[in-house]
Amino acid sequence: MTPTDAVIESLGKVAATRAATDSDSVGGVPARWVVSPTSTDEVAETLRLAGQHDLTVVPRGAGTKIAWGAAPRAADLVLDTTGIHGVVEHAAGDLVLIVRAGTPMAELQDTVATAGQQLALDTPLTGATVGGTLATSTSGPRRLLYGTARDLLIGVTFVRGDGVVAKAGGKVVKNVAGYDFGKLLTGSYGTLGVITEAVFRLHPLPAARRVARLRLPDALAAGKVALAVLGSQLVPTAVELDQEGDGAVTVTVLVEGVAAGLPDRTATALGLLGDGATDGDELPGGFGTYPFDPDGTGLKLTSSLSGVGAVLTAAREAATAHDVPLLVRGSAAGVLYAGLPNDVEPGTVAAVVEALRGAVTAYDGSVTVLTAPAGVREVVDLWGPVPGMHLMRRLKDELDPGHRFSPGRFAGGI
Amino acid sequence: MGGNPKSLDDLVVRLRAAVGSDQVITDRQQLRTYECDGLAHYKVTPAVVVLPHSTGQVASVVRACIEAEVPYVARGSGTGLSGGALPHADGVLVVTSQMRTILEVDATDQRAVVQPGVINLHVTRAAAPDGYYYAPDPSSQLVCSIGGNVAENSGGAHCLKYGFTTNHVMGVEMVAPDGTVVRLGGRAPDPPGYDLMGAFVGSEGTLGIATEVTVRLMRAPETVRTLLAAFPSTDEAGGAVSAVIGAGVLPAAIEMMDALAIEAAEAAVQCGYPAGAGAVLIVELDGAAADVEAQFGEVERHCRDNGATEIRIAADDAERALFWKGRKSAFAAVGRISPDYIVQDGVIPRTALPEVLRRIASLSGSGGVRVANVFHAGDGNLHPLVLFDDAVPGQAEEAETISGAILDLCIEYGGSITGEHGVGMDKAKYMSRMYNDDDLDTMQMLRCAFDPHNLCNPGKIFPTPRLCGEVPGRHKGQHPLQEAGLAEVF
Repeated sequence: MTPTDAVIESLGKVAATRAATDSDSVGGVPARWVVSPTSTDEVAETLRLAGQHDLTVVPRGAGTKIAWGAAPRAADLVLDTTGIHGVVEHAAGDLVLIVRAGTPMAELQDTVATAGQQLALDTPLTGATVGGTLATSTSGPRRLLYGTARDLLIGVTFVRGDGVVAKAGGKVVKNVAGYDFGKLLTGSYGTLGVITEAVFRLHPLPAARRVARLRLPDALAAGKVALAVLGSQLVPTAVELDQEGDGAVTVTVLVEGVAAGLPDRTATALGLLGDGATDGDELPGGFGTYPFDPDGTGLKLTSSLSGVGAVLTAAREAATAHDVPLLVRGSAAGVLYAGLPNDVEPGTVAAVVEALRGAVTAYDGSVTVLTAPAGVREVVDLWGPVPGMHLMRRLKDELDPGHRFSPGRFAGGI
Repeated sequence: MGGNPKSLDDLVVRLRAAVGSDQVITDRQQLRTYECDGLAHYKVTPAVVVLPHSTGQVASVVRACIEAEVPYVARGSGTGLSGGALPHADGVLVVTSQMRTILEVDATDQRAVVQPGVINLHVTRAAAPDGYYYAPDPSSQLVCSIGGNVAENSGGAHCLKYGFTTNHVMGVEMVAPDGTVVRLGGRAPDPPGYDLMGAFVGSEGTLGIATEVTVRLMRAPETVRTLLAAFPSTDEAGGAVSAVIGAGVLPAAIEMMDALAIEAAEAAVQCGYPAGAGAVLIVELDGAAADVEAQFGEVERHCRDNGATEIRIAADDAERALFWKGRKSAFAAVGRISPDYIVQDGVIPRTALPEVLRRIASLSGSGGVRVANVFHAGDGNLHPLVLFDDAVPGQAEEAETISGAILDLCIEYGGSITGEHGVGMDKAKYMSRMYNDDDLDTMQMLRCAFDPHNLCNPGKIFPTPRLCGEVPGRHKGQHPLQEAGLAEVF
């Protein structure tokens, strides 16, 4: 029996296992096998076997962000979580949902919507699963009102590198017993453990919504308008800024709540936006999505609230200086996304990233390269400076001493 | 670990050099001031108390403790209710109350930067002129410190809508248990790397000492409307809560008190709640005026439909303050109707409230011990007050038993042994009822990553210490630390 056959036979007793194909590669690194467990216990057994065979493991949900992060040093075994699927419990009266990690976010939302509820978290990429959403901590413009995955996750079940199953948190919103592993795992890119089950706090679906918009030719002016909305007592659900190729920025304000209250609040929103603002019922196309293609370069730009206009301006200047189409879209909460097409020279991408890093520093922010073509990864530091790295390394060493999970995919080569 | 008088003397010399002689307390009488936190029945006099003024001084203190292998415990205002800041008899108590400067209030960027000893309410006072406030509002907010809030992940009546400390802290500068000064989180959202700050907030002082905290400020709401509704019993009041939540209303707060708690509050602060009420609810809505006005009528209707015998609506801030006065003074107020009492803190799924309250009622009774209930009804966070008389033989023990049985009920219904007071010293023994060995072992791995020497607030949260570097898993017999007489099981 070849080693490949031996691995397939061994893992196959636990869960469906197959040889990997090109489409299973992780950030350009070819995978060798794909295993598809259907339960937490099967994940645990899979990881114990992975330890015996000394395999590196990359957890994968729907794979919408599998190219995010650095390319792992090795990806022997892709652990496909889509078979760990379904809602475990929807306690509608308690506004709590227990769901398995492989469940698509859209399916989750459909389930809770039947009770007039929502998980108040945008899903920027269609098809994403709960596990992948948590592992990369994706969010959208609704973060302004509701926070991000870390704020909505109240309990988590995950499997450590040695195959031990652990839980933290619970199924009540208020709970300070024990360390908050949910937050550690959120945004950990599958380098600390495999999330198999999540418990979320839900919110009621708003009864009605109204959308107010204004297009401004100047990014600084747009930033100023957005800041005025944030400083008002309007309590918008979201304020999104969308910068087109010509540098003009559209500010979109989403107001949600009781229908009876909306006319007054919409009038307030229009007043804050200023002359030329319009309102309607529909969200603009592209709302809450990323301004980059899966095969292009995707950047996340953060800043203090007052820096958003300046970051948009810096992006425009960098695009002009390097003659590249740089689209920027994101939340006035200080989290913007920017995208460059696949065919931009790696050196040019590096120069744009450097220019943006210089610009955000003045506004307390950072620039992370979420995803990029292989050539770009070779010349750009994806993460930028990360404080507290020595503690992060020690945490990794404790939870995954064999560095089995996605080695090298995370910040600092973790 | 510590205890050696010679090494302690050497340590005191180093501490005096680090923070100045007058900031180091070794006088027995003065040390006793610090022997307990808000949970006064645990008392341990620390060997040394230091009162540093700066991050650099805290780092020097921690490094000195590491070198002397002496445990240390951080303490803010000492209002904690789980013994989380209980000192170590052979250790150093690091009191952050001298670090009380508000370094920055930035309304435009909606944040404030404060030292850990700053009082919770002072942050809101500093932000109020600009129309902003700091949302987490524990009942002790007049005296409790932000550093302590960060350690405990403090909540408050309004966390139903706005979340806890962990949702309002953007960044922390802290002295890690390896003596390094580390910044976690930041002034902008989503800094890259693991969310160590998310783990640090609520770690009860076991992962380091916060020396500077950046908090989010929130815009003060346009409108606040508050009502007080009286019901024949907690059943009807619970029905009203379910109806309000079920209608998709998210109030800023929903608080409930039962007859005994009302009696106590009345005796203490004359809050004037409706006479003879079996339960009262305080419901507060806040937000954009148009939104609040529309929903307030709905809340009123649900209270009436569920049998409210009287509904009062606060006409102004003064009346609102009176509604809240009874609620916020409830813990201390039971001192008026009972010589001794235990404040319990547990959480259940909100929908289980009526059933759990009935079972709590059936627990009390036989030996003269009574239970008064005050709670955050919106999120199922119970604060049963177990009333007893220490002078009556057997009552203290019965009260302790009932208090523990209430936590068992919380676990049975899928809840938590603590919603906001923390595990600390008091509830470490209950942790293994809520989490299994693997869960606790995994949590200890985080602790080991931060504090491999186990010197930073040891003996808290976990029922059994774990030697860092040991192979995880079940262990037979006594823990090696116990065998060596270096630790005890609480």
